[in-house]
Formats: sequence, C-alpha cells, structure tokens
Amino acid sequence: MQQTSSNINRRRFIKLTGITGAGLIVGLSVSGKNGIAAIANLSNAGELYELTPYVIIEKSGAITIYNDKPEIGQGTFQSIPSLIAEELEVLLSQVTIKQTGGEKKFGSMQFAGGSMSVRSSYTSLRKVGASAKEMLVRAASQQWNVPLEECYAAEAKVFHRPSGKYLGYGDLAEAAAKLEVSKEPKLKDPKDFKLLGKNVQRPDIPLKSSGKAIFGIDVKVPGMVYASVAYCPVFGAKLLSYDAETSQKVKGVIGVERCERIFGKYKYDVVAVIADNYWAAYQGRKVLTIKWDYKGKENFNSKTFEQSLRDLAKKDGVVAHNQGDFDKTFVAAPTKVEAFYETPIVSHSPIEPMNCVASWYDTNKLEIWVSTQVPGDIIDSFAKAYSIPEENIKVNVLFNGGGFGRRLYNDYIHEAVQLTKKIGKPVKLIWTREDDTQQGPFRPMTFSAMKGALSADGKAIAFQHKVIAPSLDASEKENYDVTKPDANMTEGINEQKYEIANMKNLYVYADSHLPFAAWRAVTSTTLAFAHESFIDEMAVKAKKDPMAFRMEMLTKDSDTKNVLQKLREVSGWDKPLPADWGRGVAQYEFFAGLGGYVIEVSKKGTGIKIEKVFAVIDLGTVVNPDTVKAQVEGAATMALTAAIKSGITFDKGQTVQTNFHNNQLVRINEMPVVEVHILANGGPNIKGVGEPGLPPFAPALCNAIFAATGKRIRRLPFDLNKI
Amino acid sequence: MPVYEININNKPYTVDVETNMPLLWVIRDFVGLTGTKFGCGIAQCGACTVHLEGNPIRSCSFPVAAAAGKKITTIEGISQNVDHAIQKAWIELQVPQCGYCQSGQIMSAVALLKSKPSPTDADIDAAMQGNLCRCGTYQRIRSAIHRAAELIK
Ligand code: FES
Ligand code: FES
Repeated sequence: MQQTSSNINRRRFIKLTGITGAGLIVGLSVSGKNGIAAIANLSNAGELYELTPYVIIEKSGAITIYNDKPEIGQGTFQSIPSLIAEELEVLLSQVTIKQTGGEKKFGSMQFAGGSMSVRSSYTSLRKVGASAKEMLVRAASQQWNVPLEECYAAEAKVFHRPSGKYLGYGDLAEAAAKLEVSKEPKLKDPKDFKLLGKNVQRPDIPLKSSGKAIFGIDVKVPGMVYASVAYCPVFGAKLLSYDAETSQKVKGVIGVERCERIFGKYKYDVVAVIADNYWAAYQGRKVLTIKWDYKGKENFNSKTFEQSLRDLAKKDGVVAHNQGDFDKTFVAAPTKVEAFYETPIVSHSPIEPMNCVASWYDTNKLEIWVSTQVPGDIIDSFAKAYSIPEENIKVNVLFNGGGFGRRLYNDYIHEAVQLTKKIGKPVKLIWTREDDTQQGPFRPMTFSAMKGALSADGKAIAFQHKVIAPSLDASEKENYDVTKPDANMTEGINEQKYEIANMKNLYVYADSHLPFAAWRAVTSTTLAFAHESFIDEMAVKAKKDPMAFRMEMLTKDSDTKNVLQKLREVSGWDKPLPADWGRGVAQYEFFAGLGGYVIEVSKKGTGIKIEKVFAVIDLGTVVNPDTVKAQVEGAATMALTAAIKSGITFDKGQTVQTNFHNNQLVRINEMPVVEVHILANGGPNIKGVGEPGLPPFAPALCNAIFAATGKRIRRLPFDLNKI
Repeated sequence: MPVYEININNKPYTVDVETNMPLLWVIRDFVGLTGTKFGCGIAQCGACTVHLEGNPIRSCSFPVAAAAGKKITTIEGISQNVDHAIQKAWIELQVPQCGYCQSGQIMSAVALLKSKPSPTDADIDAAMQGNLCRCGTYQRIRSAIHRAAELIK
C-alpha cells in the first residue's frame, strides 16, 4: 500500500484524471459556509482545487482514499480511511491510502491533536463513502436497466441480486460521475458494519514491522544538503558572535549560516552548520565557537523557580469557576482538609527527533517533507511568514515517529525553511537528542493548592482547586493578559461531575521565560493528579471507602459515574486484597474525553510494585477497539514515566537533562500489564481516544500507594523504590 | 577519507567515509537503507539496533571502521516478505504504534529468539531493556515475542 502522495504534483494529478475521464470523484466541499463540509460531486467541477476529493475511483478500478489526519501512532491511517471504506463497500486492501498535506481543498481539520480525529470525522466521512456508493449502484442499475432495489455493492463491485452479474467500480465510475450526487445518502446500520467497531488490522503495521515505513527523517531529495544547528544552552540569551573557522575545516562542511528558531513569541538566534552529510554537519557544529550574552538568565534554576510558585500560592488568582459560596462554607465547616501538590516540567521525547527537509525554489515556491501533526497550519502560517501564496507551498506529511504534542509546533520547520531559502538548495535538518531534551518546548509544571470541607456526616460540601503555573498561552503570544482566566491552565477541573455545592477554581499565573507547549493530555496530566489525589484525601478524612465517597457525590447519571461503576466491577474493587497490597482509583474528564483507572500495588521492602492496572475509557462509539486499547496502554506508559522519572530541571539557566541516560523513560521491565475496558454504548456523543488514558493514571497509582503504605504522595516525580 | 568494504544483508558495499563515522549514518545516508533509525546517538534507546555477525549492536555508537569486513544485518535483511516469525507476531498482535522504535525492537527480538527459542519474561526483560518505546508498546512486544516463539516451534 502506498503511504503518501509525495511524488505526485497534486494539481496535475487531478487535472489528468479529469481529462482522461478517470471517473468518479466525490468529496467534501469546503467552499460552503465557515468551511463546513457539504457533499459534492467533484468529477465535473471546473474548479477542482476548491474542493476536497477524499475518494478517487479511476477507470482502471484503482481506488484512492485520502487521510487528512497525520498518522502519529494513534492509528488514523486505518481509522480515518475506514470511515469512508465502510460506506463505500470496499476493503482496505483494495484501496491506496494517501496522506493530505494541508491543501485548502481538504478543509480546516488537517491535524492530529486534541483526540479529535475520529470524532470530528465520524459522520461526515461516512457520508462521503455512502454517497459515492449510491452513485455507483445507481449507475449499475441504469446500465443493466434493472430496478435499483435489485442492486447492491460489496468489495468494490455492484451486484445484481437476481442474476448474480456484477460490475467493478472502475467500470462504473465514468457513468456514476455523470449522476447527481446523493447529498443525504443512507448510512449503514451499525449492525452491518464490517470495519467500524471491529479489530481491523492497521495497514501501516506491516510497513512499520519491516523498516519500509517512511518517516520524515528518512526523506532524501536530489541535491539535498544536511544541517545541524547550535542552540544557546541558556534560554533567553543573545548571540554576540561566532567563529566558524574550525567548523569550516571539518571534511564535508559546506557552510555556516545564522538562522532563527521561532517558537511562539520567542525568537532564538542559532547557528547552522551545513554539510554534504549529516555526520559532518554535526561534527562541524560541535566545534563552533559561539559567544552569547546570557542577560542574567544564567542564574535561573528550578529550586528558586519552584519556590516562587509556592510563594505565589498566597495570591488569590483569577476565578475560573465559582458556584455556591466556597469561602463561607469552608470557614464554617466542621472538618477541613488542605494540601499542596507539585508536578514537574517534562519533555515530549518522541523517539524520532525533530527534523525537516525543505526546498525553496523558483524564487517563491516551497516544498516541505516533514513528520508533523499540523499540515494545515504549516500552509497557513508559512505563507504569511514568508510572504508567498498558499498555493506555492506543498507539504508532504510522512509517518510521525511520535507526536505527543511536540509536532504541533513548527520551530524546526522554520529553521529548515530559512536555511534552504538562504543557500538555494534543499536542506535536511536533524535535531540531536540533546537538542530535543534541552531546548524544549516543555510541558509546564502545575502546582495546586487544594482545600476541601466535609459536613458532620462526612459529605463533601466545599472544594477549591487553585492552580499555580506558567501559561501555555503566555509562551504563544506577546500580550498575555494576567487578569483573564486561562482555560488551558485550569483544564478539566471545572468539568468534574462530583456534586459539591460550593466550589471555586482559581488560577495564579507564574511568569517564565521558558518555551512551554501542549503535551499529550495537556494540563489535565498534572491537574488530575492533584484533583483526584485530594478527593482521596477527603475520603480518608471522612473515613469512607474512596470509591463509595466518589459515588456518593454522583447521584445523577453521568458518564463519569458509569466509568467508576465499570472500574469497580472489572477490578473486583469490593473483594479483599492480600496483606501489604493497596488499591487506588481515579478518573478524569476533560476536553479530550474521559477515562479512569484502578491500580493495585504491593509493598516490596522500602519500595512499591505495581501489581495490576485496570483501565476504563468511555467513548460512546468506537472505530477500532484494538487501537483504542493500544492507545490506553501507551498513555499509561507515558503517565508512569511522568510520575516516576526525573522530568526536566534547570540549573545555571540550562536544562540539566541531556539525553535518555539522565532523562529516562520507562523501559519494558518497569511496565506492568494494563487491562483496558472500553465503554461504548453507541451514543452520538463520541469522545477522544489518544489522551484520556493519561491524566487519571498518576492519582490512581498514588492513591493505591496510600492504601498500601499510609504514605500520601503530593509531589511528582517520586521514586517507586523509596516510598 | 578511507574506503571501507562492508557487507550489509549479504550485499557488498564500498563506502568512502570518515573513520569515526558511526555505522548508523553509513547505513542510512551512504548505503541508503533507512529502516535503521536514529534516536539518541549514545546507545540509550536501541532505535539503531542492527546485527553484527548475528549479535545485536547499537549502530549509532559503532564506528564504521570496526564493521569493515563483517556481516551486518539490518531490518531490511531479516526476511523477504515480512514473514519472519517475529514480524508475523508483530502484525498479528498489532505491536507498533508510531513504529519508529520498532526496527530496533524487532532486531533485538530476532536476536533473542535465536539464542533463546523459548524466552521467559525475565529473558525478555534482559534482552529488550535497551530498546525504548515512547508510545508504550511494551506489553504487546512481550506477548508478540512469546507468540513468535510458538510460531517457530
Ligand atoms: S540511536 Fe543508537 S541507541 Fe539510540
Ligand atoms: S512505537 Fe512509537 S516509539 Fe515505539
């Protein structure tokens, strides 16, 4: 199966297929209002480039389906084409899947982020497939002159039921293309699904099991040179001068150029060494001498920064949510609980380092080959940044060797583009692992000041979560308004379903010069730890079972309640555990979806062993259960790393960690088995898959550790071997 | 620059590169086989794992000079039709997510099965610890190695 359209000039391709009457092209038109997609027959449309041909059927019978969601490991290379293939009645093995590259005609949803891919396309892409199928069936019935009801489609053919005769889609495409488009096609009854809701094998997996999958870093284009870039180890410094003489002497080095790393509101001066192979570029870069003005930023360190966050906790902050009267209830309450929670800054660390191939040619044209989560944004923002028309930019999206939020940002692409523009040759730029670890962007830490109050009968009557943290938005834009609520930084805490009459959520902004970025499950990954650990602390204070305490606050029906009930059932919550074992529960609902864990641990000397992990994810509707399970298994692994490994710290203005030896990730011997259960009642409210497995992991683990040892963990990371 | 004769997947190649260039970059940028990946450059992640005379090595930290005249196998060389038992098990259990670490994982797993046809969980821990997976495919890797051991029997 082909994976990208990287060698095909899209426009020419469409035109050619048009001229030779290649057949039926059905897509979503984005020329409608607000970019809202409508079904359109594109086959005879004069202005093809304004439309989005997701399905192309050629006379030869070849079928192409476009995937508009970059494949970053989350399975969109199977799930998204399957939405179309299911209704089109074709097998995935009969289809060539191509990745879109931000072209306008494919609309504004060409990104992988926010656990949005399947839920944003579930109905619209099924309609595209269904529409094309209806036209093909109609074409066959007309050709045979038989009633429409006697015809049906299966495996890229239309059959005549009474006679058994059939025609392939390729033979019908031209006739079908002349028919009126079915604007409201009939969608299949889910009970007839062959792909959706089934454990369908992912077509990218054989490629990824044989070294054949092409990632951004694997791209080679004619005449290409290589670049390695030197960054200032201290954030916020200014480049004074550099000496390239020694670098120039390294065999293979072609030149040394300045460029800028552009990240959000930050612009960093950097120096690139360009060579005829990557190793030479890297050798040349290592011997560069650069003089920097650190501008006092060399005094920055984690200890002082963290203390400043603790001091900021005394501030009132901006109100993010307020119901009832927290202050009055808290003061008057018979039982109060207070606690302070801390989490670390962490790195994204996808195993494929940042890299990009860029080629600037013909004065104002640009082609990019890259592992990215946001091809649509690249077209928009690079057209503006380099003052060239959008249609002069072509982006080839390759398989991403991990995203996790890091590839939502284009800083490394800017570097490659500036360099190719300067030297007039295609440039392949590769960050080292040290660059990736030390230069960020990073997930910000959050600190949380928690307050809760219980009634005399041990019911939660007041709850306050005050977040103290740097801001993602403040990294993005110059004029950040500290007086306004910052939804990213209180993410999810207003959406918790616990019925507590008096609640107040607050945010205190912590100023920082570090580049911060969204990380898989964003701020929920840290806030859930504080929120759900503290709920546990309240349960303990109320002398109630943590599961029962939560259920008491969920009298109304909700997905959260269902998740907890399911967890209770699958984990055998009410059965006794062996001595020295403990179990903990946590759930978290936020923009991406809803998940929960029950984790069982045992005491092993001074340490803890994770014995069992039960996960429940609530989806409404599921496209590929096996992919969902894989995503939760992966989210749990990433959450465990964030809970027990070093995280990122700073000293003398620099990142202390450099590579995987001191910025460790969980390894195979440290990872317990995760048993995943999916709640999918088929409801219309579809939730996300990629992220919800992350936030509740750390609090469930720490609640279990408390149950086993009586030790409450309020700061991440912690050492599992020293509780 | 010195000229080296290297044998990759039973094919001879002649490369003219710096003595200290790691085998990884020779394989990727000079021989043009891109299945072997760069992840860390310091023998910490295993993405660059290849076999030297059948034994797994981290090609990012292995100078080309030391590989000259030896038999190297990369992910492209373990089967013609993606049908090595490890690959079959990888596909059956749908192991890869982003897939970037998987060439290295597979090369470590193939070597493990050669020395231990029925590995225990402890054997798997020992052999696979050097291969990081940020996507978190570890439990499937473990199951797939057990499955491949069954397939070989
Ligand atoms: S790239 Fe060789 S071990 Fe990481
Ligand atoms: S599958 Fe993505 S790093 Fe292992």
